[in-house]
Amino acid sequence: MLNRFMQSRLRGLVVLALILVIIPAFLSNSFQYGMVTQIAILAATVVGLNLLVGFAGQISLGHAGFFGLGAYFTGIATGTYGWPSVPALLVGAIMVGIIAWVVGRPILRLKGHYLSMATLAVGFIIAIILNNERALTGGPDGMPVPAFEVFGWELSSFGRYSLLGLEIEGFEAWYIFASVILLVAVWFALNLIESPIGRALRSVHGSEVAASVVGVNTAKYKSLVFVISAIYASLMGSLYAHFLGFITPAVASFEFSILFITMVVLGGMGSTFGVILGAAVLTLLPQVLADFQELETVMFGLILMLTMIFMPKGLLPTLTAIVSKRMRKKAGGEA
Amino acid sequence: MLAEFLQYLFTGITIGATYALIALGFTLIYNASHVINFAQGEFLMIGGMATVSLTAMGVPMIIAIVLAIILAGVLGIALQRFAIAPAKQADVVTLIIITIGASIFIRGIAQVVWGKEYHVMQNFSSDEPIWVFGAVLNSQSLWVLGVGAVVVVALVLFFTKTLTGKAILATSMNKEAARLVGVRTQMVLMLAFLVSALLGSVAGIVVAPITFTSYDIGIILGLKGFVAAAIGGLGSGVGAVVGGLALGIVEAMAAGYISSDYKDAVAFSMILLVLFFMPRGLFGPKVVERV
Repeated sequence: MLNRFMQSRLRGLVVLALILVIIPAFLSNSFQYGMVTQIAILAATVVGLNLLVGFAGQISLGHAGFFGLGAYFTGIATGTYGWPSVPALLVGAIMVGIIAWVVGRPILRLKGHYLSMATLAVGFIIAIILNNERALTGGPDGMPVPAFEVFGWELSSFGRYSLLGLEIEGFEAWYIFASVILLVAVWFALNLIESPIGRALRSVHGSEVAASVVGVNTAKYKSLVFVISAIYASLMGSLYAHFLGFITPAVASFEFSILFITMVVLGGMGSTFGVILGAAVLTLLPQVLADFQELETVMFGLILMLTMIFMPKGLLPTLTAIVSKRMRKKAGGEA
Repeated sequence: MLAEFLQYLFTGITIGATYALIALGFTLIYNASHVINFAQGEFLMIGGMATVSLTAMGVPMIIAIVLAIILAGVLGIALQRFAIAPAKQADVVTLIIITIGASIFIRGIAQVVWGKEYHVMQNFSSDEPIWVFGAVLNSQSLWVLGVGAVVVVALVLFFTKTLTGKAILATSMNKEAARLVGVRTQMVLMLAFLVSALLGSVAGIVVAPITFTSYDIGIILGLKGFVAAAIGGLGSGVGAVVGGLALGIVEAMAAGYISSDYKDAVAFSMILLVLFFMPRGLFGPKVVERV
């Protein structure tokens, strides 16, 4: 029974939940909580992006555009126009979904790197608009975003809350909230992968021609997964804006798009848990490298290059391959 | 009216010629390996920055330029040998991320060596502007166009008249078949990186007196070159040149007549328009997939 459970797709989810429960034991201040919360939100974003990269074999070089659009829609709707958080978040996501559909549908009929070019362009156009429409967005200086609130209940990093009789700080509450969001994001992605849509997608990745020959509408499925990944980015962008309380056009920048795609590839394309590891490593690495001061950029580039050269499948898939090889060897030795 | 239009046109063609050279570099590597080389812009940066710092040390300009080009060439070969070649079994996307890592690495080193300031490079010839129907033409623009034209002609000759050039073309058409007839494809890949590094550094040097140069100039110039290659149809040499010039001119016109804040947005909208209405780009190859 336990064995069967461990084989199921819930296994990873349970392990992730356990890790998220254990992490606070190693955290001592609000800065560290803030880091981990940020990682959880970015990880949920790349779990969505990974659906596109890992299962439709397409790359997006403009996902920060969708992330930034979600963040700014939330900022403007809740801050300037006084909308409640949840409708702002949903309307923003629908808008981003429509943009992704309009861009993706004609382009995903083509084979090749065309989606990467189109997303690069869309991401840049969004970033340029956010930078220049000062009246609406505050321009390069950015804009403040109110705290996340549902029916008058506010979630702020600086608040105090009671949960199950325990007094907790606002930054701890945000960590719990972001962890739950990450688990939901992973759960949804895993289910999508196992659904008929997911199977159709994997067939597209395997051989697009074969898939279309057996009747899979490849363009439709690829567009669908692109829209889903864009919606993931928009929703997480909205939460990120609420969490930080202040956003600048940097959230929509090309550098940020590159960071997202790098998280996916470094962690392991197609591995839902791998990309979470990728998000954690790439968020923490600059903190660790800050000690190198002016050599920080050099070290970052070098580590990125070396990891990809020696672990082309990505961190998690490579590590699990090593571990299972060791275990098989050990089992073989005992027998 | 005319003066204004000519002014924008001169600016556009000059920067467009630079984009064309960068786009050709992308095209070469893309054809040989299907990798989009995100370190392409760093070759430009190395070309410009090395020339500036060598001339500041008292090296005569012409020697400084040659040394800078050689440095970029060595870097191009090193990138292929030590970063791309060892990752043989890797996915194309992984290779692209490796080039991103390489570009961050090179930029980091440049920042340590040369600092974060902008550097000014002297015009190759006189600083005296040339007046054409009331528009000002920077003498350096003529250098950019002249050198660009020479490089394009040299490339055409290289690919049509030399065995090495033909070997690169053969590899880009069909790697397996090229290997079967005795082309050393690893060598060809290295050559592709070398030639595109040379192209990039030349572009970076001739344009440096106009744009100035700094450790991070490669990001935006490299990106524009990629946009130009995409507009022309990634993989097409003619497309890269036409795409570069078109991008430069449209950008300059947009900056002049519409808004300089949105000139880059116009450039990126061009990619979308081309992809929507001429999906293979202006000159992209027709792809028929055999199964």
